[in-house]
Amino acid sequence: MLEIKNLHVELEEEDKQILKGVDLTVDAGQVHAIMGPNGSGKSTLSYVLSGKDGYEVTDGSATLDGVDILDMDPEERAAAGLFLAFQYPVEIPGVGNMTFLRTAVNSQRKARGEDEMSAGDFLKFIREKAKSLKIDADMLKRPVNVGFSGGEKKRNEILQMAMLEPKMCILDETDSGLDVDAMKLVAEGVNALRSEGRSFLVITHYQRLLDHIKPDVVHIMADGKIIKSGGPELALEVENNGYADLLAEVA
Amino acid sequence: MSAAEKLTVAPRALPDGQGAWAQTAREAAAARLSEMGMPVRRDEYWKYTNPTSLTAEAAPEAEVLASDEAPVFGDADALRIVFVDGVFDADASDALTHEGLEIARLSDAAQMDIHWAKDVYGVLETNGQDPVARPLAAANTAFATDGVLIRAFGKVSKPVHMVYLHKSNTSDAILHHVVKVEEGADVTILENGPAAARFNKCLEVDIADNASFHHVRAQGRDHERRAATHVFARLGTESTFKSFTLTVNGVLTRNECVIELTGDDAKAHVAGAAVGDGDFHHDDTVFITHDAVNCESRQVFKKVLRNGAMGVFQGKILVKAGAQKTDGYQISQALLLDGDSQFLAKPELEIYADDVACSHGSTSGAIDEDALFYLRSRGVPESEAQNLLVLAFLAEALDEIENEDLAAEILNRLEAWFSRRSS
Repeated sequence: MLEIKNLHVELEEEDKQILKGVDLTVDAGQVHAIMGPNGSGKSTLSYVLSGKDGYEVTDGSATLDGVDILDMDPEERAAAGLFLAFQYPVEIPGVGNMTFLRTAVNSQRKARGEDEMSAGDFLKFIREKAKSLKIDADMLKRPVNVGFSGGEKKRNEILQMAMLEPKMCILDETDSGLDVDAMKLVAEGVNALRSEGRSFLVITHYQRLLDHIKPDVVHIMADGKIIKSGGPELALEVENNGYADLLAEVA
Repeated sequence: MSAAEKLTVAPRALPDGQGAWAQTAREAAAARLSEMGMPVRRDEYWKYTNPTSLTAEAAPEAEVLASDEAPVFGDADALRIVFVDGVFDADASDALTHEGLEIARLSDAAQMDIHWAKDVYGVLETNGQDPVARPLAAANTAFATDGVLIRAFGKVSKPVHMVYLHKSNTSDAILHHVVKVEEGADVTILENGPAAARFNKCLEVDIADNASFHHVRAQGRDHERRAATHVFARLGTESTFKSFTLTVNGVLTRNECVIELTGDDAKAHVAGAAVGDGDFHHDDTVFITHDAVNCESRQVFKKVLRNGAMGVFQGKILVKAGAQKTDGYQISQALLLDGDSQFLAKPELEIYADDVACSHGSTSGAIDEDALFYLRSRGVPESEAQNLLVLAFLAEALDEIENEDLAAEILNRLEAWFSRRSS
């Protein structure tokens, strides 16, 4: 599904290297988690994969189902099936949540050469998805993320994911700023989307989220590289001992 | 006729008759004009907009664009009054009669004793000359070749739609309309079209107690056209004035709006959305005077500028002594889509009452890159994402249009304009 090879990335403006050779393969249907200390490059990886400006890839590659995504525009990556749930979802005053979602769904369909969804079908579809995430009609009508609580913003991210049905979902610290109940709700939303053809890359600081979204593989990232990979037990080890031991081990 | 000549030549005499009031008003306007003189660049009020081409002897040429676009408000069920390059077109216009309306052409007014009009024609314009001179408006009152006088009673069932067609590259049109909204009446005036190579238009609106006036206009299309327009409004007790202007294209547009709130509990909202690409200069100049208790005024002006387009806003709220409980709001914002475009704003508050709430804000900025990326990351193509954000930026101004069909029509125009530019 997602294959990242020797990925080197610099900040465009500062000439500062952030990713120093990331290798990562996520197979179809798998859930991979990336953990790591602050500043290790986790969020940069998610931005580079989704096509945000300001980063320069100096070496390496990233492919989705064998297709190089690094030369694509963000909207092309989205149409190809990539989705990033933002750590800080952006507020867009003046653009209704519903309008935004319909535009997004239909843009992707158009890009893939599919028919646009009719207004009626769309409404049925979104109501069903919103209900399971406890998103009410009012939240759908309001401008995108404006005045949403932290929990509402994250639920809105998962709603978008459910509507767009991507094959590769990257969740960037989706658990940050969530209370226990909100985290459970978000995790349930993610679990409901798990399927054979869909993969997840879950970036998190805490093992707690992984109690709810059970990963197949856990990677530890430090200083721009994956330094260790293992099963779910690796996350527990971090939770109990912190990163110090792991970092020392590698050094 | 040059500006200087205009000062020495008597206003075109309308035929003798009972309408001597019109002649009197025009001569008085000519006298006002000769005292104040035509605007020049060094006038403080024209600091950001060069008036030279508006006062030059001949109208600079403006090419008439071939367009297959359906006319704005074309589907509206309205009483149409058509002017071609400032000349009334009887064949294209509807009969000037409708329940609740008295309509006469200004050029016919000389044969009539239109007593109500003489209390408005040139009168509101005169009031609006203080404290800031508006010579182009005085020139309009003195030299207007036509226009309509409209008196409204009760709730008028359909809008009056002024259609301004532009067919000559060198036309120089001066029109003056007067609207009297009688007590308790409610009327809507629509205006659209490029009008002329150079257009000087004045609209005086006298709104009686408990009456409502709605005004929606769409200026635009022809890139090289120039316009100087004035709206003068006087509001009685518990009356409402709402005006919205969409401007697309136009090498020079100066829209002045001068409002006096003279009755308690009156409400005046004036809003504008302007979108300019390239050789575009758009100036909104607004002056709202609160001279009564518990009145509300709102000014909402948004401009989207690119490729060197220029936006100007001069907006003032004057709260006179005794105008307590005034609620004044003013916002002017520009979205600059590139580094070549410019927005100059001069917000002013002058307050002589101590129990008022007035707020004002002015910003200019670029498109929000984070929002743009967020939309694109969901699959929305860049140009479409940008259009969504631009329309969202303009939304607050469009929200001032009360009638949903008219608001939708304006939105459609904007969407079409943007999709033409991004294709």
